[in-house]
Amino acid sequence: MTQANQDKDDFISPEAESYSAAAEVGFVRKRRTRFERGWIELKKAPLSALFGLTVICIYMFIALFAPIIAPYGEADVFPTPYGPWSPEHWFGTDQIGRDVWTRLIYGARNTMGIALVTTLLSFIIGGGLGLVAAINRSWLDQFLSRAVDVLMAIPSLIFALMLLSIFGSTVSSLIVIIAVLDSTRVFRLTRSVAVNVVVMDYVEAARLRGEGIGWIMRREILPNIMPPLVAEFGLRFCFVFLTIAALSFLGVGIQPPTADWGSMVRENASLIQFAQYDLTAALTPLLPAAAIALLTVAVNFVVDWFLHKTSGLRDEH
Amino acid sequence: MNTENENPPSRKGDLILEMRNVHIDGFSDERWHEIVKGVDLTLKRGEVLGLIGESGAGKSTLGLAAMGFARPGCKITGGSIMFDGIDLVKASEDEKRRLWGSRIAYVAQSAAAAFNPAHRLVEQTVESTIDHGIQGEEAAMKDAVELYRSLQLPNPEEIGFRYPHQVSGGQLQRVMTAMAMSARPDLIIFDEPTTALDVTTQVEVLKAMRDIVDKYDTAAIYITHDLAVVAQMADKIKVLRYGEEVEEAPTRQMLEKPEQPYTRSLWAVRSLEKPEDISDDIILSIRHVDAAYSDVKVLHDVSINLPRGRTVAVVGESGSGKSTTARVITGLLPPLAGEVTFKGTPLPSRLKDRTKEQLQKIQMIYQMADTAMNPRQTVEVIIGRPLTFYLGLSGRAREKRVIELLEMIELDESFMDRLPGELSGGQKQRICIARALAAEPEIIICDEVTSALDQIVQEGILKLLLRLQKELNISYLFITHDIATVRAISDEIVVMFQGKVIEQGPKTEVLEPPYPEYTELLLSSVPEMDPDWLSNLTELEQAAK
Repeated sequence: MTQANQDKDDFISPEAESYSAAAEVGFVRKRRTRFERGWIELKKAPLSALFGLTVICIYMFIALFAPIIAPYGEADVFPTPYGPWSPEHWFGTDQIGRDVWTRLIYGARNTMGIALVTTLLSFIIGGGLGLVAAINRSWLDQFLSRAVDVLMAIPSLIFALMLLSIFGSTVSSLIVIIAVLDSTRVFRLTRSVAVNVVVMDYVEAARLRGEGIGWIMRREILPNIMPPLVAEFGLRFCFVFLTIAALSFLGVGIQPPTADWGSMVRENASLIQFAQYDLTAALTPLLPAAAIALLTVAVNFVVDWFLHKTSGLRDEH
Repeated sequence: MNTENENPPSRKGDLILEMRNVHIDGFSDERWHEIVKGVDLTLKRGEVLGLIGESGAGKSTLGLAAMGFARPGCKITGGSIMFDGIDLVKASEDEKRRLWGSRIAYVAQSAAAAFNPAHRLVEQTVESTIDHGIQGEEAAMKDAVELYRSLQLPNPEEIGFRYPHQVSGGQLQRVMTAMAMSARPDLIIFDEPTTALDVTTQVEVLKAMRDIVDKYDTAAIYITHDLAVVAQMADKIKVLRYGEEVEEAPTRQMLEKPEQPYTRSLWAVRSLEKPEDISDDIILSIRHVDAAYSDVKVLHDVSINLPRGRTVAVVGESGSGKSTTARVITGLLPPLAGEVTFKGTPLPSRLKDRTKEQLQKIQMIYQMADTAMNPRQTVEVIIGRPLTFYLGLSGRAREKRVIELLEMIELDESFMDRLPGELSGGQKQRICIARALAAEPEIIICDEVTSALDQIVQEGILKLLLRLQKELNISYLFITHDIATVRAISDEIVVMFQGKVIEQGPKTEVLEPPYPEYTELLLSSVPEMDPDWLSNLTELEQAAK
């Protein structure tokens, strides 16, 4: 916008005798666009973060272009169940003869897609209510916090199992139930970090100006609590991911024929026993498990890096 | 190896610290900057050196370097720092750690932040003494009580068993001095130890520090930006600017005839004074207000009148109810009794019952510009938001007005898309002023707006406020504890003490004798640029007893 003016007061010489407020800061940080700044950060990122980012990018690519990449259809059944690894079926076929590689690819799409939607929803619910509770420190805060305490007191997996058997195992009920249960954690985090920001003078200044709660939430508080929330988002994503996989493993998660990594582990679990006869067959149930593990590790690498960046921890120079 | 026993104890007047051509680099914005550019410093046992300069002059960095310590993100790149024969630049971390806390001690600016809230004061006072094996626990505890006594802390036997939050800020700062003295160090570094305290407390702390340094012949480096304070404490003064020495001289000589123009400009700040101008055209009036935080009553029957286009200064120590008065006016704290009238009509006591126009006409500027601006908003948003909110400006019109406002506060449009973190303290406060002006107010409440700033920056802000008042006919309610500021800006003065108004009237009347007792104490506590001021004050007090 005002590029021409950016560099003119780059450095003010010590000889400048007359006092001028504009010249007070000697070095002026050169303004960069968001993209440039991101690129610089990326170049300095540690190896682990780059690895994590690469893995996530590959997963996203696979999830987005699943129908193009996958050799067969998601629910195509072939004549040989438990087929061995072969050029036609890279990772063999499962118990009713579906191509495992194809289902791994579609599984990325389903499992990750559902996990992402669920995490977003839990952040909208938990984050929104957490902010409201932090700003409005009255009976509403008490009510919400105690309600969250009650929800958190019940073991979440068992609670989710119960709710799913009440409402049925559809994808939408799965998303809503896990999102609500997970939003309790998000609520607590948001509330506790927002409370520290709410007491700042600039929030008081906004109140004195007569700003509504919407502006204060979105423009004054939210930008200042983003780092912990983003870090939490990464972690939460993994937990949701694992919860869905666990529920699928237990048979109440994503229902067949939709491919999902958790249920793939369960369906082919018995193959592990054949390790002594055919090592590749035994590996088949471990493939979706490894896919889950790899993504979890990758996301956590990126989150670690992000936390390190925003927490102000600096390496000794 | 115990170095203390090998060297014969040095005496008063021996050279204890010698820094030669010290260079220190700091890392920011992805590159190294030189913060301290080749400064020499020598200190003898029993001598106090005052280190003064604006913020960013490198005085704290140099002070810490005297301990051989560089903050994270800083490194000592050249020169030598000889402490009693040990070169701290070359010394290993272990060697330095043996010195720190036993022979070199550090007193930080904010005592409240430097104490561990989970431990009792006395445990923290003697911790390093015991760790370094200088004294056993029992002896150290007994000694701590002695130190508390000589620092004139109330109940020296018991105060150590309190927790940090149970004592006042001034007391905490004295306990911190006791902590530093506990090991009887050879060198103490005081880093702005009284900046966070109000005047009446500051005097007590200064006295205590000076006496104790005197008593044990400790060498000290006293870092501050307050000249009057350094004049009381230091034997010689070194002025720093941009990481370089401007000049060094014995205190008296430095105060009487500073040689460099920069030093003279530092000295000149205190002389700002506004001619008094009294008016009867009252725009805001507070009548018989009582206010309380839950059960604790903090304001008792407070009445203040603010004339149009004039400045009323509200003076008092911390806890006297000055800021609470501001909260009542702004509607953040509804009063128990009494009312606030604006142009003759009573204002609703609650913030949410007030109309947009009422909110617009009374604006506020805060003490800490750092926390008064959202660190994630650019200057354009910070100043532009009131324009959109109150006046409905947007797009080009808003941008134009923001630039006008920036020019009004002596900045320019290149500041538009900076974040607060990219501004200096004085610039931040100017942006806060612009934000208040953007609403086109008739009254601005200034809550200690200059007390966190260096003197030379303070002067700039005060001049700006005066000019704006003349141009825009704004009324200021100016809350402060600094008498020099009061002289500079006010037409009328209100003195508050323990939630009551003690005295109220035109500036000349209040600042001339005879004073009520508290006003007298307040005025006499303001350090003057006379090196004998503290000694004289002490003598006067003793004579009075």
